[in-house]
Order: sequence, then C-alpha cells, then structure tokens
Amino acid sequence: MSSLFEEVQTQPNADIPVRRVTINVNGEDRSANIEPRLLLADLLRQGLKLTGTHKGCDTTSCGACTVLFDGRPIKSCTMLAVQADGHEVQTVEGLATPSELHPIQEGFKQEHGLQCGFCTPGMMLAAKALLERNPNPTEDDVRWGLSGNLCRCTGYQNIVKAVLWAADKMRAESI
Amino acid sequence: MSLDELKIGGMGASRRRVEDNRFIRGKGNYIDDIVLPGMLHMEILRSPVAHARIKSIDTSAAWDMPGVRLVLTGEMMAARNLAWMPTLSYDTQAVLATDKVRFQGQEVAAVIADDPYIAKDACAKIVVDYEILPVIVNPVQAAAPDAVLIRDDKEDQKDNKVFDWEIGDKAKTDKAFEEADVISKLELHYPRTHPSPMECCGSLADFDRSTNKLTVYMTSQAPHIVRAAVALVAELPEQNIRIVSPDIGGGFGNKVPVYPGYVISILASILTERPVKWIEDKTGNLISTGFGRDVYLKGEMAMRKDGKILAFRMNTISDHGAFFADAQPSKFKIGLMHSTFAAYDIPNAHLFATGYYTNKAPGGVAYRCSFRVTEAMFFQERMVQAAADDCGIDQAEFRRINFVKDDQFPHRTAFGFLTDSGQYGKCLDIGLEAIGYKNFAAEKAEAAKRGRLLGIGISTMTEPLGAGNSREYDILGIKMFDSAELRVHMTGKAILRTGAKTQGQGHETTWAQIVAHELGIPADDIIVEEGDTDTAPFGMGTYASRSTPVAGAAVAMVARKIRAKARKIAAHLLEVSEEDIEWELGRFYVRSNHDRGVTIQECAMAAYSNMPDGMEPGLENNAYYDPPNLTWPFACYIAKVEIDPETGVWDVLQFVAVDDCGVRINPMIVEGQIMGGLTEAYAMANMQYQTYDEDGNCIGSNYMDFLLPTAWETPGFELYEVVTPCPHHPIGAKGIGECATVGGPAAFVNAVMDALKDRGVRNIDMPLMPNRVYEALTTGSDVYGMPPVRSGD
Repeated sequence: MSSLFEEVQTQPNADIPVRRVTINVNGEDRSANIEPRLLLADLLRQGLKLTGTHKGCDTTSCGACTVLFDGRPIKSCTMLAVQADGHEVQTVEGLATPSELHPIQEGFKQEHGLQCGFCTPGMMLAAKALLERNPNPTEDDVRWGLSGNLCRCTGYQNIVKAVLWAADKMRAESI
Repeated sequence: MSLDELKIGGMGASRRRVEDNRFIRGKGNYIDDIVLPGMLHMEILRSPVAHARIKSIDTSAAWDMPGVRLVLTGEMMAARNLAWMPTLSYDTQAVLATDKVRFQGQEVAAVIADDPYIAKDACAKIVVDYEILPVIVNPVQAAAPDAVLIRDDKEDQKDNKVFDWEIGDKAKTDKAFEEADVISKLELHYPRTHPSPMECCGSLADFDRSTNKLTVYMTSQAPHIVRAAVALVAELPEQNIRIVSPDIGGGFGNKVPVYPGYVISILASILTERPVKWIEDKTGNLISTGFGRDVYLKGEMAMRKDGKILAFRMNTISDHGAFFADAQPSKFKIGLMHSTFAAYDIPNAHLFATGYYTNKAPGGVAYRCSFRVTEAMFFQERMVQAAADDCGIDQAEFRRINFVKDDQFPHRTAFGFLTDSGQYGKCLDIGLEAIGYKNFAAEKAEAAKRGRLLGIGISTMTEPLGAGNSREYDILGIKMFDSAELRVHMTGKAILRTGAKTQGQGHETTWAQIVAHELGIPADDIIVEEGDTDTAPFGMGTYASRSTPVAGAAVAMVARKIRAKARKIAAHLLEVSEEDIEWELGRFYVRSNHDRGVTIQECAMAAYSNMPDGMEPGLENNAYYDPPNLTWPFACYIAKVEIDPETGVWDVLQFVAVDDCGVRINPMIVEGQIMGGLTEAYAMANMQYQTYDEDGNCIGSNYMDFLLPTAWETPGFELYEVVTPCPHHPIGAKGIGECATVGGPAAFVNAVMDALKDRGVRNIDMPLMPNRVYEALTTGSDVYGMPPVRSGD
C-alpha cells in the first residue's frame, strides 16, 4: 500500500508535507490526507479503489483517465488531487445505478463501441459531457467531441454510433 | 422443432459481448487494478543514451531513501546468472545492462519501494557514468566497414550482421527476367512503428516462500509460453509456476515477448518475499518494447507486354535493433515475408533477406499481423501498382489478369505456400462497384478544375494466418497447436477454457457461440475463461490471428467429442441403438420418430445421474488442435483520396473494404476487427511512425511525437462481405484480426501515388505526412524516410 495516505504510512516522514482534501466523488464526500504532488488519477485509483479510471499515457494525450470535474471532462493523470479539493468528480463507477445502466453504457454495448475496454470509461465520460452540452449532435459533433480520447481497437466508427444511439435514447427519455 | 440458431446466440449471430458488462461499468480487471497485501512497487531506470560503456553505477543515494526496499543493477542480476536472457529468435538480450547500453531506453537499474512515487524518486538518485560510443541508427551505417561493433558481448560476432537468408529459385527467376518484355522496379522503406496498445506492459510477481509457488500476473498474450519459458530457462518446477493474464488493454503483438521488467519483478519478489508490481509508463513502452516493421524493400518484376507476371525478385534489409529478439514462431529468418504475392499466379520468384543490429530498441513483433506479412503485402501491392503503370494497363485489370483464379485452388506459390480457397475476382468486382471505379476519370477531371488532385488506390491480398501447422512453426521447440476444455454441468450449462488469450477480440462471446453451434446449448449458458495457466489447458496464446483458426477449431472439436458421448447417453435414454439416432441442433431423436427425442440438457443430466452401464460418469473433455495448413483470408481495400497541392494535405473521400475471412462466427465482432485494423492502417500511412536522430534519440517516445489518429481524423469505412469457407477448418473460418492492418496501408499510399502519377513521383515512404507529399509535388522526385530523422519531419 501507499505511504501517500497517512493511515497506512509505515515510516512517517516528517519532511513530507501533507494536505487534507475533501472531494465529492460520485456524489459522496471523500476526505484524505495526501502529499500535494499526488495526482488525481492515483488518488481515485489507489486511494479510493475506483480502478475504472485508467492511466494510459501520463501526458494528457490519450484520455483513458478522463473524469468529469464539476461536469467538465478533464484528464486526471495531469491534475493534482489537491486541485480537486472542494470540487465534484464523477468517474465511470458513478454512471450506472445499481439497477440501471446509463444510456451511454447501453449504447457502447449495443453498437460494439469497445473491444479491449481500456479507453472505454474515458470515452463514455467525454461523451456524457458532450451530450449534456449538445443533446442532439451530428456525427461530426461527436467525432470532434471525442477527439481528446484515443482508441486503438475500434476505429472509432462504432464509438460514434454508440454515442448517437445514446443521444437518441436520452432525448426520447426526456420527452 | 429444431432450435433457431441465431436465437441461442450460435454461429452468425451478432451477439452483444458478454465481456462488455464489466468494461462499461469500469469493472475490468487490468494488471494495474490488481492489489495484493504487502505489495511493493518497482520502477526501472533507463538509459538516456543509445550506445555507451557503463563505467560505474552508484546506487547509494537510492538505497538511503526512506521507503526503498531494494535496488537492483546488472551486476546483481549477473551474480544470479540473470543479467541476460534468451530471446525467441535464439539470440540473447540484456535484462539489466552490465557492460554497455545499446539503445536509448535500455534497462539499467530497478528500484523496489513502498510506493511508485518513491521508486521513481529513487531512480533519479542513481548515478550512472557513461562513456559515449558512436551510434548506428540504420542498416547502411551498420554495414559500413568501420562501423562500431554493437554486440561485442558475443564471442563469434565480428560485425553487425544478424543473418543472411534466401528462398526461391534464383537461376529460373533470372532466366524469366531475360525473357521479359517489361521490367518494373521499386524500392521503399516500411518505417519502424509501434503497436502501442492503450495499456502499457506490467507485471505483479508474487513468490511465496512457504509454498515455493511463484504467481505472476502479467500482460501476456501467451501466458503458457511464459510458464514454459520460466520452467525451461529458470528451471523452476513447472507445477509451482502460475502465470495469469488478466484483462489486457490491447496487445497487437506488443504483449507477446518476455520483457526485462517481468523478469526483474520476479527476482525482486523472490528477494523481498513480497509481491512486486511493475507498471510501465508510456515512454518506457514506446522506446523499449516490441516495435513493428523497419524494413528496406527492393524488388523487380518481370512481365509479358500483355501484363502477365513472369517472375519477381526481392531484397529485404531489416533493422532489428540491439538484440535479435523478433517474437516470431516460424523457422524462417524473415518471418513470412515470402508469402508476398501469394494472391497472384507467378511461377518464378527469389527473395534474399539480410538483418542488421543497430542502436535501436530490440524485439520486432508482428504488429497486428503474422510476422513480416504486413511488409510483404505492402510491397506487393505497391509493386503491382507500379508494374501496371509500367505496362500501361489499368491497375484493376492488371490484378485480374494475374490473380489466382477460383478454379486453380489449391495453389502452390513459387515459395511453397499452399493457398486453398478464395474468390479474388469477385471481391475486386464488389470493391470497384462500391467505389464507383467506372466514373473515377470524370470525377478526377472535375476535381482538377477545383485545383485538387484525386487518386484511387487498390490493395488486394491474401495473407497467411493462424500459426501454425507443427511442421513449420514452433516456439522454443513447442509446436503451435492450441486447445480447449469443455465441462458441461448436470443442468446443461457449461464452462469452456482455451489456451488462447483475448485482448479485446471478444473470445468470451464468440467461443460460446461455437459451442452453441455444435451442441445447441444457448451461448448465454456457457462461460468462457482464459489466461490462467493453473486452470486453462496448455495453448500458445493469441497473436497472428491464430485464435479462431487454431483455438476456435479446438473449441469446435471438443464440442464434437461431447456430442459423441451425449449420443451414447441419448441412445440409452431412448432405448434404441446409437445408429438409429439423428442429431439436430440441441437434440437427439429417433430416426423413425422425430417426436421421440432428448435434448442435450437431458443428456447432460443423465451423464451425472443415469448413465449407461459401464460408461464413465460426467460430460467433459478437451481437444488439442494442430491445423493442417495456415488459413488464407482475402481482402480488397480501395481508397479514394483528394490532395490539396498547396499544402500536401490529403483527405480520404471514400474507403471500401471487401473481406473474405470465411465463415463469420459473430458478424458484429468481425466488422469491429476490420474497422479497427483499417484505422491502424490509416495511422501508419498518414502519421504513426518512429524514427531516430543521429544520436539515437527515439522520435516518437510519447503521444505528442508518436501520432495516433483520433475520431476526428479517422475516415469512415464501408464494409462488404464475401464468404469462401476455409476447406480445412472445422467451421470454415479463416481469421480476421489483422487483414485490414496488413492490406490497408497500400490502399492509402497507392491512392496518393495514383494522384501524383503525372508528377514523375514513384514513391513516398510512409507516413505520407503533408511535408513529404508537398516535397514530392514540388520537386517531382521520390521522398525517402530512412533515419536519422529528416529535417522537416
């Protein structure tokens, strides 16, 4: 386990600064004492055990670590956890309820929008932000909206279809 | 009434994937998601330089850091005889450098610490004193008489050459050239690129002293090979080794080899007696793990003036990096390069191949192809286009003249491969119709009025998949079969395990469909497991599109064994002799009375509760399948592009793909594989490559330099289907994962070259970046891409 979290530190080191943060993650306030240099992605994955947020490139390029930060998609591999103090973060684990998938999740399954699944959580969260901004996107809107997220398996065509499928369903549900 | 096969998720059903249920919830279980009690974290220190003698390594400051548990260097590995390891190509590769570093990114030391941040900090405290040596970044430099010797660790190695290898009849080929009316020539470089799956490599080694058991969770496409290698090389007892491949975030060949990081984490766990996790970062993955291609190809083709090809001869020079670590299972030094031109009826051919060491990353892998097939088919289709132009024959017609015809199968190629089935002409016709080939001249003229250059590029090819039959393919002597084990429970539900390992291909969905097809058990009643060597039967893993051709065949065969036993049980239940029983999907019935029957589920229950006298209870079996031949899918890809001559930027106006991969188990998944492959083809043609500067610095070491297309750049693809069943595969399937990556690049490049045909340009090396196209347009000459990096790239 990580000494970045005070409760499990085996050799407390007085030189290491510690900051207390409180972040609302998937609707629940979570507090932790952390080193200021801890990345948000690592806090989510290692500290909160929300391993659906993946680390792909470490350079804000691939989007596998995309989460929603106060509703906006951000790449959590290059944001410090302390920057999230007092903010809301949504991860892939917050998309579905225990009984029901989010339409975007359904769309990805229906339209075969994933293969290895590694980019999928980031793709779905980028799509969620897009559809909240623009509930009736064109294919080009979707392609542009997802252009911060890389996928090596699918070739994007089915991802685009999945998002359009979800958009249709969400519009139908909101009527 | 017989079951509706599509309704039970059998063959041909576009069944939605079962693995998606966890992935869309963020509940996948990738290597970095696994946490073991007491786990430590490992970080590797890599060489910043490409070629240097190590004068000293000082690790004392790293050891002094709180939270550091172990610092490993090459010297410490050497003391345990682990500083070097064998490669799959019978060379050696350094695990941690002892004498020299031979490429940028080579592993020099490793730190094991309480958390990954501390491990990284401690790596930065290690001081290495390097004596810089001259650097070699291409085969021309490697072959120079005064070239520095890269592999001075090998006693018999006096130069930088790895091998010479040839195949074909040179005398007959040369004679055919003397009799030719037209001779075409082409020379090009297929640049180095990287499979770059989204998830990097990693391992979590857990050695338990009390049981003497070593468990390694790792990103391996072939876990059983790793177990065999650890047993054979490290001489650990095989029953005490368990390799687990969890969910894998893309492989594409990159996760076939055994990398130093895996080995170091295993030793670290043995030394610390704690689980040790190593997770590679993107730069580490890009600069040190298995790359693809990096081959210089030169060839000539001899034709009669009516366009009939008489012969071809080829020369390849491959750049293997610092260690000959090609991850390929064939007996041929240059992989299956000699499958080139297999779709064409050409009587004479000769191929000469040479390989060199350079100061670049080692470990050429079959990046989404059977080894070297991508280079072979790319050269083939570029050459065919050039030859058609030289003969003054339309490029589609030229192909039609020279294709192996439908009635010529089985067809033996000049290099000895046996292609067995296909409808090449039909595929081409469908593609031409879809792209609007007839109207292209008018379209091109119309675009010219707008100042735009239009081009159409065709790529038609058959490729060998499914390594392989045991006569010619093995890894460390182990034959290339694969396996399946099926247990049908008493309620008629089942668990299936195979020796393959899915990395996004959807085995958990499609294998169940094969069982549903063979037994009539609904696919939803079957779970599929792979990747754990303690439970899965021995198999050679997933790469070279071999899952469906080999493991998929084993699944069908084991299901047939189960059906054979169920038939005996059915005869017992129906009180008739076995000969009087017929099978329809999911049910046996008495031949003379269709209404009198028992379902497969009833047979399963009886196997545990009411078996005939003398019959062994239970309903389970396994099958090992050694394919009689490779499989030969065919593809026709056609691209239409438009170039803006002011900028050199080209756009894809339309792309048509006609694939004949034999019988399709799950059409939805097949199409997903094709679209994914085409995107990687587009990437390689357009932007995705690695090059090196003259000091051996890798250009393409992160996603800001190593460019991958996003949803915005990637064109749409139109897919068409032809089905010619494979004659020797139990369900007629041929494999599909790699056709598009193999055949796709030539379609894009041929299209751009077609647009530039009148400008005196014969070749631009990939990737066709706007500056290269612009240079060709403005100078009217070819553009080559050999490293060191060109100014402007």
